[in-house]
Amino acid sequence: MAAPVLRWSCPARRWILANIDRGPRHGRGSPTGSRSSGKRGQSSVAQQPLATAQKPRKGEHQWAAVVGLEIHAQISSNSKLFSGSQVHFAAPPNSLVSFFDASLPGTLPVLNRRCVEAAVMTGLALNCHINKKSLFDRKHYFYADLPAGYQITQQRLPIAVKGSLAYSVFVGKNRNQVINKTVRIKQIQLEQDSGKSLHDDLRSQTLIDLNRAGVGLLEVVLEPDMSCGEEAATAVRELQLILQALGTSQANMAEGQLRVDANISVHHPGEPLGVRTEVKNLNSARFLAKAIDYEIQRQIEELENGGEILNETRSFDCKLGCTVPMRDKEGKQDYRFIPEPNLPPLLLYDSASLPAGADPQQVINIDQLREQLPELPRVTREKLVQQYGMLPEHSFTLLNEVGLLEFFQNVMKETRAEPKRVTSWVLNTFLGFLKQQNLAVSESPVTPSALAELLNLLDQKTISSAAAKKVFEELWRSGGKTPAQIVSEKRLELMQDQEALEELCQATMEKHPQVVMDLKKGNPRAINKLIGLVRKATLNRADPTVIKEMLERQLSS
Amino acid sequence: MLGRTLREVSVALKQGQITPTELCQECLSLIKKTKFLNAYITVSEEVALKQAEESEERYKKGYVPPYNATVVQKLLDQGALLMGKTNLDEFAMGSGSTDGVFGPVKNPWSYSKQYREKKKQKPHGENEDTNWLITGGSSGGSAAAVSAFTCFAALGSDTGGSTRNPAALCGVVGLKPTYGLVSRHGLIPLVNSMDVPGILTRCVDDAATVLGVLAGHDCKDSTTVQDPVKSFILPSLTDVSKLCIGIPKEYLVPELSSEVQSLWSKAAKLFESEGAKVIEVSLPHTSYSIVCYHVLCTSEVASNMARFDGLEYGHRCDINVSTEAMYAATRREGFNDVVRGRILSGNFFLLKENYENYFIKAQKVRRLIANDFVNVFNSGVDVLLTPTTLSEAVPYVEFIKEDNRTRSAQGDIFTQAVNMAGLPAVSVPMALSNQGLPIGLQFIGRAFCDQQLLTVAKWFEKQVQFPIIQLQEIMGDCSSVFENDLASVSLKQ
Repeated sequence: MAAPVLRWSCPARRWILANIDRGPRHGRGSPTGSRSSGKRGQSSVAQQPLATAQKPRKGEHQWAAVVGLEIHAQISSNSKLFSGSQVHFAAPPNSLVSFFDASLPGTLPVLNRRCVEAAVMTGLALNCHINKKSLFDRKHYFYADLPAGYQITQQRLPIAVKGSLAYSVFVGKNRNQVINKTVRIKQIQLEQDSGKSLHDDLRSQTLIDLNRAGVGLLEVVLEPDMSCGEEAATAVRELQLILQALGTSQANMAEGQLRVDANISVHHPGEPLGVRTEVKNLNSARFLAKAIDYEIQRQIEELENGGEILNETRSFDCKLGCTVPMRDKEGKQDYRFIPEPNLPPLLLYDSASLPAGADPQQVINIDQLREQLPELPRVTREKLVQQYGMLPEHSFTLLNEVGLLEFFQNVMKETRAEPKRVTSWVLNTFLGFLKQQNLAVSESPVTPSALAELLNLLDQKTISSAAAKKVFEELWRSGGKTPAQIVSEKRLELMQDQEALEELCQATMEKHPQVVMDLKKGNPRAINKLIGLVRKATLNRADPTVIKEMLERQLSS
Repeated sequence: MLGRTLREVSVALKQGQITPTELCQECLSLIKKTKFLNAYITVSEEVALKQAEESEERYKKGYVPPYNATVVQKLLDQGALLMGKTNLDEFAMGSGSTDGVFGPVKNPWSYSKQYREKKKQKPHGENEDTNWLITGGSSGGSAAAVSAFTCFAALGSDTGGSTRNPAALCGVVGLKPTYGLVSRHGLIPLVNSMDVPGILTRCVDDAATVLGVLAGHDCKDSTTVQDPVKSFILPSLTDVSKLCIGIPKEYLVPELSSEVQSLWSKAAKLFESEGAKVIEVSLPHTSYSIVCYHVLCTSEVASNMARFDGLEYGHRCDINVSTEAMYAATRREGFNDVVRGRILSGNFFLLKENYENYFIKAQKVRRLIANDFVNVFNSGVDVLLTPTTLSEAVPYVEFIKEDNRTRSAQGDIFTQAVNMAGLPAVSVPMALSNQGLPIGLQFIGRAFCDQQLLTVAKWFEKQVQFPIIQLQEIMGDCSSVFENDLASVSLKQ
């Protein structure tokens, strides 16, 4: 099929189209908009103060904010929700379009089993009730990249309802106090993605790419149980981890596989909820948090200044850091829902209700899918805490950074060093370097094996901690060399000659009788001074604990 | 034009700025003028012009689907020959085949000896050319094609009676199979939950044969049943004494012509005299069917027609002020009044504030109507016998006096409840009216008992010996061959 093209003869007219692009539609959100910075955008959660909105000023009511989310996750599947077209992120435009995707008259939807399984698995992982019978509906609106004029979704009876998502926020000075929170999940529904409109300003035309049209989406609706940007962003991050662990969605926000709309309102505690606004198309966790916190503040200020909140759709301007109303010419849309007549009700079974002699290709068994569920992030974190005696917040960081857990586990496999030491090195040194240079784990110049070898050298007391830091810096800067090579080139190994070290200790004590005197008088800090002096004499190549032992032995003898 | 690129020329041809023949002639004249270049050894002027003509035809054809409907493919797979695409009301919305973009379809019986002879007896000498009869619809082209012996079988669609209605008016057999038995993949939807591909043939056995080819699960249509299909070969019924025929009393409406009514009674008596049990039954919700159908039909139409926005295929207007303006103008230009009217009412019924009061209510009524049939069949009735239409075919000039909606409501009155219930039904021609025009009766069967239904229809067909249309004047030279053929056909019966 040739690429359907909308042409615009007059440049000034393009504006009208740009306008409707921001129509209040679900399932929208092109990755052409604002993006988070590079690959790390999706992994870090904004460090915003908790609920800034709740600080009451003198003589004023306290405000409470209420935040709910609608999240669209693209299902990771080989083919589309209702057609056999392949799903591929960066394929040439209109190369993955079946007759059905282009809505040719007479074509009919055929439900993709994989997408149903993905929805059931996600529902189970989010503690949902799985509806044994669910229905499909058509939601109508006219848009150039929606060829049928309607989207097939599950409005009346979705596949999964009434679940919950547990997440944790960290508070306190060092952000090491864990607060466990839960957000209720209203429903999960299966629906079609739309195509993409590409506006060519230069030639004043709009090009339509239908590759994405009909790709399966999971719409996850979170109840308004959150109260600030950070909570929302943390909950989304946890959902992202769950989807990735399940393999039901790649959930990469930068590639548009996960798109978030936020519903926000403020009210005085004890009073009815306020009028809500909807902020659309948030495509990074950082912007999600920022947009929500901005919107809460805006609503409070608006109300305190005697204004009122309109039930409207807004978008987040990431450059200005504020939300702006979308110009929606037609006001509230009526989607004129109607049951999808070409799809019979979707029936699911459990082991008890499975009809005897049913063709396994034709039925989906919920119990069987439950058994196949992989380990979820919460369990992985608990295991890390148990197995390695790790602090809970460290287990969170390991999972939140893409690829970091795997890196950690690979280091653990090859090193004899203590888990605590490995954790500290991975989370402080390694992650610190990555963040400083804005790199993803996969882009790290230091391999897990190299770090493991370095930690072995440290563990065997071949080098000191200080020397290890130097070796790490060297590894980072000049890839290719092994830690052992760097140690020997830079002569960083600890003095292994015990006699020579004994002599140095003896000589140092003799040179500094006053310090020895202090020590004997009972000043505990004096020994540190001696240790420092000996280390200096060894050019930092001796282990301070060994020096301390020697000094103490010599003093007592 | 000759200086342009292939792509540009292609666009110009599509937009009608130049026709293929004009373009071809431009080339040919330049070839002549540049003969001295000695570039061509042979100039195939005639072939080129012929190809240009063919090309012109292709451009006129409009939308050519890039895939075959399952029903078409199944016929082709069996070695059937496809003779062409037949005429109908625009998007199958109508009951006269008068509201299509290609003009109205004329009923072959308008030109039959039987009709013309009766006509001559009448004193008022109207101009016969303007006094032709409608075929009924919406699949009137298919019925006319089969009726005029131009093909052996034709496909139609049946949403409210669109196959059975023209079959009755054109004196052929029109079968609406059980919903879910035949794939809708490739059938442009009117009301998805009621549409079924229909079969038009000259005898019941042929309809059964075609159904045997078409029936069965299609993985491209999730609403087709997965059960294996049984044979549709029809036994010759000799004994009807074990049959129970139901006569729904609600189908005796005041608008029913006395001729149709008397034939209906005659048919009932025929069954009774041969030993069948004929009983009056009640389908109490029948009278709500038409208005209920109106709501459900227009609602699905509003939804189904949304895709015709001029972007991917079909007509597109020249307006490009904005996307909305383009949609509006494209749809205003591309749809006729009937289609636009149904889209508008459908969207009204689907509005949030109206949905409960119209769509949901209509769905509930539909369930009641379907249950009426279930109750009757559960009481032991095998087949229902009803009229197919209120009267025989009427002249076009009479027909168009009423608007499409009124006509459809009248035309579908006996056929459309069957679609609500998804049941199989067949219209079988019974006899000619006083005017010499065909009248058909309808048999309605239990869901997925299409074979039983057709067996009864076949028995009836044999009893009534419906006369063959006599079209000598049209056939001209072919008439002798034609007569011989007919003789052999009638012998078989």
